[in-house]
Amino acid sequence: MTTMTILEAVTNALDYEMSRDDRVLCLGEDVGLNGGVFRATQGLTEKFGEERCFDTPLSECGIIGTAIGMAMYGLRPVPEIQFMDFIYPAFDQIVSEAAKMRYRSGGEYTCPMVIRTPYGGGIRGGLYHSQSGEAYFAHTAGLKVVIPSTPHDAKGLLIASIQDPDPVLFMEPKALYRAIKGEVPEGEYTVDLSTLRTVREGRDVTIYCYGAMVPVVEKAAQQAKEQRGIDCLVIDLRTLLPLDEEGVIEAAKQTGRVVVVHEAPRFCGYGAEISAIIAENCIEYMEAPVKRVTGFDTPFPNTLEHHYLPDDRRVLDAIEAVYDF
Amino acid sequence: MATALQILAPDGSVVGETPGLPDAELKDLFVSMMRIRCMDGRMLKLQRAGRIGFVGTATGLEATLVGAAAPLRRADWLWSGLREGGAAVTRGLPLSEYIAQMYCNANDTAKGRQMCNHFQHKATNYPSWSSVIGTQIPHGVGAAFASKRRGDDVVHAIHFGDGATSSNGFHSGMNFAAVWKVPAVFVCTDNGWAISVASSAQTAAESFAVKAKAYGMPGRDVDGNDVLACRQAMAEAIDAARAGDGPSLIVLKTYRMLGHSSSDDPTKYRSDDEVAMWAARDPIARYERFLIERGILSEGDRASIEKDLLTEIDAVIHEQEAAAPMALKTLVEDVYAEVPYHLRRQYNDFISVAEKLGHAQPGDGAFPL
Repeated sequence: MTTMTILEAVTNALDYEMSRDDRVLCLGEDVGLNGGVFRATQGLTEKFGEERCFDTPLSECGIIGTAIGMAMYGLRPVPEIQFMDFIYPAFDQIVSEAAKMRYRSGGEYTCPMVIRTPYGGGIRGGLYHSQSGEAYFAHTAGLKVVIPSTPHDAKGLLIASIQDPDPVLFMEPKALYRAIKGEVPEGEYTVDLSTLRTVREGRDVTIYCYGAMVPVVEKAAQQAKEQRGIDCLVIDLRTLLPLDEEGVIEAAKQTGRVVVVHEAPRFCGYGAEISAIIAENCIEYMEAPVKRVTGFDTPFPNTLEHHYLPDDRRVLDAIEAVYDF
Repeated sequence: MATALQILAPDGSVVGETPGLPDAELKDLFVSMMRIRCMDGRMLKLQRAGRIGFVGTATGLEATLVGAAAPLRRADWLWSGLREGGAAVTRGLPLSEYIAQMYCNANDTAKGRQMCNHFQHKATNYPSWSSVIGTQIPHGVGAAFASKRRGDDVVHAIHFGDGATSSNGFHSGMNFAAVWKVPAVFVCTDNGWAISVASSAQTAAESFAVKAKAYGMPGRDVDGNDVLACRQAMAEAIDAARAGDGPSLIVLKTYRMLGHSSSDDPTKYRSDDEVAMWAARDPIARYERFLIERGILSEGDRASIEKDLLTEIDAVIHEQEAAAPMALKTLVEDVYAEVPYHLRRQYNDFISVAEKLGHAQPGDGAFPL
């Protein structure tokens, strides 16, 4: 075991997979000698050469479009989109091409690739360095959407994603990149995709969250325990698509009271799907309406971002609301 | 604008250097062009009869398809748009698979998932396109990058139309290919029209071919109704790419004689005079006159070739008419390598209703959850 940040865990996973499998390569804007604007690919060009980790011309459509061709030809590309806010020029390539390749070809052609991208707020990046676009992609059949929240999961989920036979959108919570450190095993291990992580056991209120919201929810859950004696079951979804629906339903049944937390806008956000799954499958277990704590249905703000992002106070308020209902 | 490469004038006379190909190979080019025209005719009839849903013909474009496909090796890849099915057949896509795809039936290798006219053929490295214009261009470039890295001597022919030169995929694909110096040939088939928009309305540039210069690669105009010119330009571009000299663009100027598709009425947007002008430049008639002049074909051979091709095509149509429809489970298969829980559940909910209504066939049963 080594202690490292999420960022270091990402680099470690890339290094490990590039050593293990010479089909794996990293490409994108500034990912070469500069090591990426967040330094996630730091040292990889020096170690593996410019053939394996390299800068591309500045076109997201081109980065993802060419990565698709590489994947169809047998490589295992790991393209980086510098900020998730910049992914939309490649939306067509991700949604219409990568995600549908296996299906439209009857399995004759496949597209195993991992699109890494930092997402989310908390760095004073304004509208275009802060977005959480997971809902657009979680609506896309054929794509997998993965979001780690710890260094351990960042490495294990990224290795599992690179080894996965289908295209994966790997969203990295940039607010947590260097904010937390955790124990990470040396060498290869994987965390299975489409599995939940129980962050905290509890019998009173179930809270679903992912990515940068996980530590926020943990803090709120701790306060709920200390201030009110409320025991929260905290679930880190980790893979949004395909979701472990059975696990979600089971966790809701355990408490009958549910809060969903994400920083993306609320309307048609991921919390709406969690709420619908619970409504369809276990509403008879519910003791209170489902409560969502989310970003606003607005563009991402700049100076007021700390009010836009769910914090422990808003989450605690929701926990109390469903508990006291 | 540079003069377009031409070997045969519209009257079939030789105005350039003819290739030193054996007679049998020269004749094969003719038969391949005739096959495409015969297929188009039959597919249109099937569409009018309501047997298939959609046809995007290549009538008038036969020289571009056959000429560009002929110099490719079997291991080379052809990245296609809407009208390259004839190129796939020329390279070995069996007629049975072509027609199964038009029927979208259970013999279709894509399991009937794509609408008509979206062919694929893994054995000759021909992935299907998506319908979204220009998206296959960067795919071909990425695969060519992989070929270069692997050193496998494979060339990637990336086809698209005049309309696609306005797309994101064209710009990023051309740019990445030149920067990476990959073994790719960009084949722009300028057939005059992107549905109802004239190719003259796609760009203010002097030609499509000059665009190549700005990306740092050669661009060449070619008479797309001259199969020998198409073949020659393509062979030279392929050789350069294979030799490591990087990508190039060839623009095959031709004319789409029929509508964009079986759903389109081209009389709304173009004149009879224009169509008549291009009919006089027909690629098959031109090449037939050259072959007769060479003594490779005789008067009347075309009719017997056509008869044989139609007999062959009709037999395959008959066989494909009898194919089974798709199994219901293909609704949720191949979305991922494994059918995930939520799709198994969605299918099971659906099939329980289908069974109640008597719509399910044996083998359509539920997935284990």
